Amino acid sequence: MRSAKQFVTDFGWPRIIIFIFLVLLFVAAPFFRVRIDASISDVLNRFGQNGLFVLAMVPMIQAGCGLNFGLSLGIIAGLIGSTLSVQFGLLGVFGFFGAVGLSVPFAVFFGWLYGLLLNKVKGEEMTIAMYVGFASVMFMCIMWLILPFNGPTMIWGYAGKGLRTTITIEGFYRHFLNDFLAVRIGDSFVFPTGMLLFVGFCAFLMWLFLRTKTGTAMTAVGSNPDYARASGISADKMRTISVIISTVLGAAGIIVYQQSYGFIQLYTAPLAMPFAAVAAILIGGASVNKASMVNVLVGAFLFQGLLTMTPSVINSALQTDISEVVRIIVSNGIIIYALTRKTKVTK
Amino acid sequence: MSGTKSLGRFLTEYAVVIIFLLITVAAIPSSGLSIQYIVQEMITRLGRNTFLVLALLLPIYAGMGLNFGMTLGAMSGQIGLILAINFNIGGVEGLAFAALLGTAVFMGWICGVVLNKAKGREMVTGYMLAFFINGIYQLIVLYMMGFVFPIRSSAILLSRGYGIRNTLNLEIVRQSLDNFLMLRLGEYTVPVATFLVIAVLCVFVVWFKKTKLGQDMRAVGHDMSVADSAGVPVDRTRIIAIIISTVLASYGQIIFLQNMGNMATYNAHDQTSFFAVAAILVGGASVKKATIPNVLIGVILLHVLFVVTPRAGQNLFGSAMIGEYFRQFIGYGVIAFSLVLYAWRARKDAAWSREGLRGSSSGAVPAAAAAGGEGSAK
Repeated sequence: MRSAKQFVTDFGWPRIIIFIFLVLLFVAAPFFRVRIDASISDVLNRFGQNGLFVLAMVPMIQAGCGLNFGLSLGIIAGLIGSTLSVQFGLLGVFGFFGAVGLSVPFAVFFGWLYGLLLNKVKGEEMTIAMYVGFASVMFMCIMWLILPFNGPTMIWGYAGKGLRTTITIEGFYRHFLNDFLAVRIGDSFVFPTGMLLFVGFCAFLMWLFLRTKTGTAMTAVGSNPDYARASGISADKMRTISVIISTVLGAAGIIVYQQSYGFIQLYTAPLAMPFAAVAAILIGGASVNKASMVNVLVGAFLFQGLLTMTPSVINSALQTDISEVVRIIVSNGIIIYALTRKTKVTK
Repeated sequence: MSGTKSLGRFLTEYAVVIIFLLITVAAIPSSGLSIQYIVQEMITRLGRNTFLVLALLLPIYAGMGLNFGMTLGAMSGQIGLILAINFNIGGVEGLAFAALLGTAVFMGWICGVVLNKAKGREMVTGYMLAFFINGIYQLIVLYMMGFVFPIRSSAILLSRGYGIRNTLNLEIVRQSLDNFLMLRLGEYTVPVATFLVIAVLCVFVVWFKKTKLGQDMRAVGHDMSVADSAGVPVDRTRIIAIIISTVLASYGQIIFLQNMGNMATYNAHDQTSFFAVAAILVGGASVKKATIPNVLIGVILLHVLFVVTPRAGQNLFGSAMIGEYFRQFIGYGVIAFSLVLYAWRARKDAAWSREGLRGSSSGAVPAAAAAGGEGSAK
């Protein structure tokens, strides 16, 4: 009894409710003629698409920079890399790794600047990150219009300039990871092995990194800045490193997302993406200043499961499109829950 | 030396205003718009937006930062308007009816309670709370109205029988406050009644600051623990500040929408806090300090830029979209920039006052303490 109570407090009520809700959706699905295998396949796919974004939250949370509402900066770096890759006509394996490789320098540079900025505004990181992200997305909107890209599949046909809002990567690196060792069972279940392996590998690297000297120092800065300073760790340096890692992961994340989704989405598309990642890691049990790999995996799975299952089940059950509203309420409710919780480690 | 120092101080204090003024002045000629047109637009837009921006003042006094939760009030105001249209109450009476029903005391209370649990990160929490309540708003307006709550007028319902239409025609209340007392001044028209309402609110704010409650708010804003030990009920004062702000925002949104004349039921409140916050920051306010002149200057500067940039983008780059993106970039950029500037200065002041406490020279202490107090770092 006691251990059950302990488990509940550890796991937190919101997560338990969401978990039960998700299980109920899966149970109810067959009654509304929603295919379970297709749903599971969808959930796995979306888990892979968004896994890296959720993972990108970890370093900054650990280093005490709060939730990375400015993940859009990393996404922008990824978009630059992927548009360049398509522009240069890189195909298949070169396309994917070319996109990642081309975006990393941008991500490191943006992350470095962004980290320097956040070091100047300790305590107000989250609000500022949000608006820095918004402003950069808008700035890039102008850039997408005027940068001299000229791939015929990328630019508007009638104007002859300006990138399209969505660019297909069919024939470039679409499903590059998804199809790698993919397991197909029946007609509607595909296990995207390659993508999940890639996400798992990145999560493993992050897990390793957090146990290295630098990783430990970073966690120390996040959980007790004074202690960290006393042991001779440069807080600013550690925070900058965490921001750079987060931004690079954001860049790689959008490319993983694109190869599965099949399109590069430009212009205002990155505006809302950080919020989904923030909601996911919080659903996974992270707080504003503590996050682990378990939080990432559980969170990404629960959140994406919810996103996949509510539309298909609730819409066919009630014959309405109410699921979008359910999504808004649940994901933002979770963020508020996390922001208002008294955390043991106070700043 | 002190001359350059005060000049530097002046520049950082008004950096946002100065930069904005330069951009605006540069953009006006390239837009090709006449000064008469811009002045008339400004008169209209001052009437339309000032009330909403004024709603931000009290939480700033109470040290809660920019109240991104004002969107809650805007949504309440919109529900009030939907009901006024539903009962077909037009004119100024319709607005009063909407204001009465839309009075967002409960919403403000919710917002206040939530923000009290998130001390130190009120702004981001308020922002997320607006998203959350947006979900509830959609649940009520899109699914419950006409289904759970009876709606008399079928004209405002979606064809499926429940839920309010995406665009609501506010014909019966359109500009009823503006036209209540319209003054013609040469080639300009001035909505006197709207400006009177705004003036009354300004007087209220000035008066309120002098009351006991207003003084308590300032004390809480200055230092919560000191206020607490002086016997000021900190949490209660903060909640009251947010309630008043939210209620004012609901009235502000009604004034805004009666001027627009129609309402995008599910999007009209999306950018309410963005425009209001950008305006007050452009006017030279900071997270901790704001005045009525900040509001007026901000509304004028921001909206001149908003009027001229699409045209300037069209003329300079041959694309109106560039101007559109540019003005959004400027809006978000201004918010980011002034938040950064403020947080950076607060930290610098705090570091300086710590330096003073180490007491290397006795003269430094009071000066540093004064500076720390002014910037009032946490």
